[in-house]
Order: sequence, then C-alpha cells, then structure tokens
Amino acid sequence: MRHLLDTKHLSREDALRILDVAEDMRDTQSREVKKLPTLRGKTVVNLFFEDSTRTRISFEAAAKRLSADVINFSAKGSSVSKGESLQDTAQTLQAMGADAVVIRHGASGAPQTLATSGWITAGVVNAGDGTHEHPTQALLDAFTIRRRRFGDDSRGRDLAGVRVAIVGDILHSRVARSNVWLLHTLGADVTIVAPPTLIPQDLSAWPVQVAYDLDDAIAAAPDAIMMLRIQLERMNAAYFPTEREYSRRWGLDATRLRALPEGSIVMHPGPMNRGLEISADAADSPQSTVLEQVANGVSVRMAALYLLLAGDRSDTNAQEDAR
Amino acid sequence: MTSTESPRTVMHAADIARALTRISHEILESNKGPDDLVVLGIPTRGVTLAERVGGLLAEISGTPVPVGALDVTMYRDDLHRNPTRTPHPTEIPAGGIDGKTVVLVDDVLFSGRSIRAALDALNDIGRPAAVRLAILVDRGHRELPIRPDFVGKNLPSARAERVNVRLIENDGVDEVTIES
Repeated sequence: MRHLLDTKHLSREDALRILDVAEDMRDTQSREVKKLPTLRGKTVVNLFFEDSTRTRISFEAAAKRLSADVINFSAKGSSVSKGESLQDTAQTLQAMGADAVVIRHGASGAPQTLATSGWITAGVVNAGDGTHEHPTQALLDAFTIRRRRFGDDSRGRDLAGVRVAIVGDILHSRVARSNVWLLHTLGADVTIVAPPTLIPQDLSAWPVQVAYDLDDAIAAAPDAIMMLRIQLERMNAAYFPTEREYSRRWGLDATRLRALPEGSIVMHPGPMNRGLEISADAADSPQSTVLEQVANGVSVRMAALYLLLAGDRSDTNAQEDAR
Repeated sequence: MTSTESPRTVMHAADIARALTRISHEILESNKGPDDLVVLGIPTRGVTLAERVGGLLAEISGTPVPVGALDVTMYRDDLHRNPTRTPHPTEIPAGGIDGKTVVLVDDVLFSGRSIRAALDALNDIGRPAAVRLAILVDRGHRELPIRPDFVGKNLPSARAERVNVRLIENDGVDEVTIES
C-alpha cells in the first residue's frame, strides 16, 4: 500500500489486511509498554486544513505509539492563512523529509491531488476531504462491528450478512460515503436513513437501500445503527424545519433504543450533538460503541501507518526472508 | 550423488521428533524441573515447534507448561528493506512472563536478528528471570553475539544456501531440507 485515499477503491483483501493488522496493534495497546519501535526515524506530518480534535490526536497517538516523529500542522496560524498554495505547502514538507502526510482538507479530492501530483514522495493518508471520504473512520467502524460480533476470533473475517443502518446527514457526510463502500466490500447490507433533503439526488451507483423513516429502519432489526452528526456548520440551506423536528423524527431516543434488537450496537463517529441526533440514553447505553470506536481508531490508524510506512517504499526489493 | 541444485533432506520426521524430545529433556535438566517455565514460539513455525516442545515437557514432567507465541515483526531492524510484512498475533500465556524462565523457540537460527527482535519484544511485555533459546536447526552465519542454549541440529551451510523447515501442522510433512 502506497497511500490510503478512499475506501471505494480499497480491495477486500487490503481492507481485511488493515483490519487484521489492527487486531495485532490492539493487542499491543493492552500492554504495560504501549510503544513499539517499528517506525523509529520516520516522520509523520499531520496536515490539517480543517478543524479536528479527535482525528488529529488519534493519528498523533497512533504515530507516536509506533515511535514515529509527529509534526502537527494546522492551517490556522500557518503560512496557509498567508495564502500559501497546497503545492507550496507540500513541497515544503517534502524538503523537510516527511515520510507520511495525514491530510484533512475542505476540498474533496485534495489528498488524491497530493498523492498523484508528484510534489511529494511521502505516503498520503486521507483524514477526511470535503464531502468525499474519511477512510480510516470507516475502517475503525468496520473493526468495531467485527470485534463486537466475533471478539478475539475476528481475524480474517468479513462482515457478510451484517445489516447496518446509517442514519442522518448522508448528503454532507464523508463518513457515510466511506462506510457505504467499505461495508459493501466486506459483504454487509447497508440501509441509509434520512430526510429526503439530506440524501444525495443520484444514488444509482450506491450499493444501498434507502429508507426515509427511522422507525421502519429500526423495525427491520439492524445489527448496527450508525448515527451521523448533524453538521450544522455545513447547513447553509434549510434541510429540515427545526432541530426539534429532526430530533423527533430521525434522532435515536430512549424509545427507539428499546425497539432495537438485543445485541445490536449503536455507533457514532463523534463529536455527538447530544439531544439532537442521539439522546444521552442511547449514547451512554451498553449498546453504544462510541468510546470503543475512539480506542479502536488508534489501532486502525497504527495499522494504516504501519502498512504504508514500514516496508520498502520502492516496492521492488523483494528479498528472501532473512532470518 | 544428489545434484547441488535439488533440495537435500537433512532431517526426516523421526530425526525432528528425536531432536525435540532431547531438547525437552535438556530444558527440564537445565531448569531443574518444569517450574516457572514459559515456552514462546516465534511465528510461524517456531510456534508449531513451541507447541510440540510444550507437549513433550508436560508429558515428561507430568506438569502442564504454558505455551505462547511472540511475534517479532514490529521489532525487526530490516522492515524498510523488505516488502511490508504482515504481523502475526502474539499470545502470552495468562500467567505472564515476569519472573519466569522464558524459552524462545524458532525453527532456524541464521543471522540472529530475529532473536534480537524477540528480546526487544519480550522487554516490552515483562521482565523474565531468564531467557533461553531453543532452535531446531542452527545454520551458522551469525551477525550478532547470540547463541542458542538448545540445538536440534547444527547444519553447516553456505550463506547463499536455503534451509527449509517443513512441519506437518504448517506444510503437511515433517522435514528439513537444504538447497543451493
């Protein structure tokens, strides 16, 4: 793997490889010494053009647990606010010897541009671009579903037959897009649930079923229900009348939580708007995997950085197994 | 005379079984019994051998001996010179390794770099009272000051030759071959 840009083009084999390596990484995180020497001497740059707390610190923790050096770069207060282009920023990082660039950008496709432009030789990890994709979030979600289902027996398994409902702002959500592609690749059945205004107009290429009523979707007994954050900062038009109405019709409240089948899980990528898309009862219930998702995020990002950075980056030097 | 091109079998199933039985007796002799022993195999074939040695130790001493797996991938010093390796699970027996005598088991000892990585990995898991090394085939060409405590067979080899250990659990047959 040279880059991790999206889940749409991620093969089933590569996806399972990341998830299986993440299992090994997870095992090391319960030890007294959580740090591995694997990426000693490598430099990972967190290049964040958009605000993010949990994704950035998750990548930072992942890189540090693998002994890589981490440079955090946020657009606020940087030369970007003075008008520097992505190309100049990238070339500056290249000159500083970055081995991997973790990029979050408001423009869909910015990581792709960075990876294919020839400006840098570093591995590029997409940490969320516009309304396009957020692959590591989808990978950690799949990892969480798989662990809840199979426990320590998770290695090598896909999600065939698992039914997942993704509820909320599908239109603006890169998390939803990455999850749809990855869950489909892993064999899960995905239903998206949202008001018609928050569903993309053309879904012909999406391997999903669509529901407009959350109670119908819950009655269909999903194995996992993924509540998306209502992205108030992206709401420049009126997609629903009021927050209260949204909460009443598409929010996961205590009544709907009780209607979910036993053993199903409630997921949220965070940060949560408590009382809007998810009630406190649902967020804090034993079915909720919110904190597991955060913990698993570090393991999955360690796996991605390991697979991107540990091997020979020229991809030609296939030596025999030196003992 | 076999041609140097074709693989030559240097240990058959019976030879491997005898070597493992002898190693197990030697481990019990040097440890003065089975107390506080933990046998850890290095994936993949070291784990198979560790399971066999653990079984033999229990059979000979009448006391079960904990067996586990220690993956060293993340601790290797040659990661960046090879295509990305997929790690294997590490399984440490429930009692841990603190204060125990850990016997590391691997199939072939060559440069010694895997064992250096294994010692680093152990360091992050706990502090054993002692670490011993059991090897099925020692083929020489050490690059580090590491020596085995228990050896199945010393096999003088040229650096370019290839030593293959095949085990029933992994490969369907018990044999050690050498080819140039």
